[in-house]
Amino acid sequence: MGRITLDKVTKAFGEVEVIPPLDLTIDDGEFVVFVGPSGCGKSTLLRLIAGLEDVTSGEIRIDKQPATHLPPAKRGLAMVFQSYALYPHMSVRKNIAFPMKMAGIPETEQNRKIEDAARVLNLTDYLDRRPGQLSGGQRQRVAIGRAIVREPAAFLFDEPLSNLDAALRVGMRLEISELHERLKTTMIYVTHDQVEAMTMADKIVVLQKGVIEQVGSPLELYNTPRNVFVAGFIGSPKMNMIEGAEAAKHDAHTIGIRPEHLAASKEAGEWKGTVTVSEHLGSDTYLHVTDTGLAETMTVRVGGEFGVRHGDTVYLTPDATKIHRFDANGLRIA
Amino acid sequence: MARAVTTRRKAINTVIAWIVGLMIFFPILWIFILSFHSEGDAIKRPFEVLTSQWTFESYATVQERSNYFRHFWNSVVISVGSTVLGLIIAVPSAWAMAFVPGKRTKDVLMWMLSTKMLPPVGVLLPIYLICQNLGLLDTRIALVFILMMINLPIIIWMLYTYFREIPGEILEAARMDGATLREEVIYVLLPMAVPGIASTLLLNIILAWNEAFWTLTLTAAKAAPLTAFIASYSSPEGLFYAKLSAASIMAIAPILIMGWFSQKQLVRGLTFGAVK
Repeated sequence: MGRITLDKVTKAFGEVEVIPPLDLTIDDGEFVVFVGPSGCGKSTLLRLIAGLEDVTSGEIRIDKQPATHLPPAKRGLAMVFQSYALYPHMSVRKNIAFPMKMAGIPETEQNRKIEDAARVLNLTDYLDRRPGQLSGGQRQRVAIGRAIVREPAAFLFDEPLSNLDAALRVGMRLEISELHERLKTTMIYVTHDQVEAMTMADKIVVLQKGVIEQVGSPLELYNTPRNVFVAGFIGSPKMNMIEGAEAAKHDAHTIGIRPEHLAASKEAGEWKGTVTVSEHLGSDTYLHVTDTGLAETMTVRVGGEFGVRHGDTVYLTPDATKIHRFDANGLRIA
Repeated sequence: MARAVTTRRKAINTVIAWIVGLMIFFPILWIFILSFHSEGDAIKRPFEVLTSQWTFESYATVQERSNYFRHFWNSVVISVGSTVLGLIIAVPSAWAMAFVPGKRTKDVLMWMLSTKMLPPVGVLLPIYLICQNLGLLDTRIALVFILMMINLPIIIWMLYTYFREIPGEILEAARMDGATLREEVIYVLLPMAVPGIASTLLLNIILAWNEAFWTLTLTAAKAAPLTAFIASYSSPEGLFYAKLSAASIMAIAPILIMGWFSQKQLVRGLTFGAVK
């Protein structure tokens, strides 16, 4: 079982407080993603849970047991690192066996678990190789295998896909999601990539400067971002933020419209602008529009191909039901 | 673009390199040649030396007059002993400085290095008196300790550099995998640092083997290593070139052979981390 509770946890490095008091509960079996820009404290938070960093104050409980002062090994958690952190002098088999060897598990059982993990992760043919002889994706799977065999209360992933190329990343994303489906073990996953967060998470924790900006399911965050930061961070391309007179019409300081909630037309519409760049993705076209008098650039996502070029005039119309309103403090107006 | 090197340029450079190499090697070569001549021939003009009779006479006399193997064994015990003892102390020290550095770690490293800049004579008297009072003069144990302490800064510096090349995440992974500190060091850190540790070991054995100041001043007969053995052939009444040369060759041969066979390891260790 892996229910993890953080109670007023803080972390300071010297004088610098990187995590102000923070409360968070992660339920058993949940796939939680910590997401935020670099330097937002998400990795530090993960390392606090892992026990690789000491909390400055507050309490961490794992399965209702106080774990604040337990060493990492005693917390029953397994971690997959960004650099994979495999032992380069050991074969794949020995890498996967290492945590079991440390736990004093009999060799026959070790071998059975290694075979199982290797089968699940497609590593059977590589068990006698060294990590240096494997590709990035295979190394990542070895790191996951090493985590699985411990049967941990929770898995911790620290940006595990950021060293892989784009195609491999999508594949591994699916594999990790499938793994979670099968094991039903709590997983905490740190990433700066909001696409990973949206596609994998049961629950997303958006962090900025060590502060939790919002906790919720991917669609909650997409549909009802609690503030301007979350609104801008979740969703790709980014939400358009409009201030001034247009926002005042909606009784708000700022209004936000996602690129996919703007309709573009060459003939008529609510706002008029000039195309600077149009990005043709085939399935969609992203238009970057200036001179609308609303914001510096407005991004529009049009389904399919939309034939405009640099300098063309385009008319935009927002979907009135999908306008997000924020007050002067950047908080959502219900 | 690759730099164009003409064949002519290459030939000139090769010749220069050979000349410099031979100049560096010449003293050892000359000692080697002298050691195979009689005492009378050895003081002749260089050209005459080469044309005179070659003989094993000097080696025989040296072996007759002094116990080479006792000195050899003393050298082995002192150099290997001090290096191994140094490593046992240096591994945890370097671990601490590389992986849990504090505010003053750099200062400690610099301070340790600064002790190497002190002329050894500066501390000769206190160390001599300490050894005398403890009854450790002319003992191998005293030299093991003193050479260990003298080389400790170098051992720690070298290990520190190698350890820093090892990604901290790997040690953290070991910690997550349930390894205790001891297991983390034995199963993960040391195997990964093998090339670095090997070159540290080799270099310090060589340094301790060649160390002459302390080995000459703190020994008389019992614990005297090969440095004292060589020195015993340079006497004020006149130099015995041939015998001195023979003794020198006998003293440096073991370390030269060891260095020759381990040069691959030494080079690999010294460039550890340059190529990932």
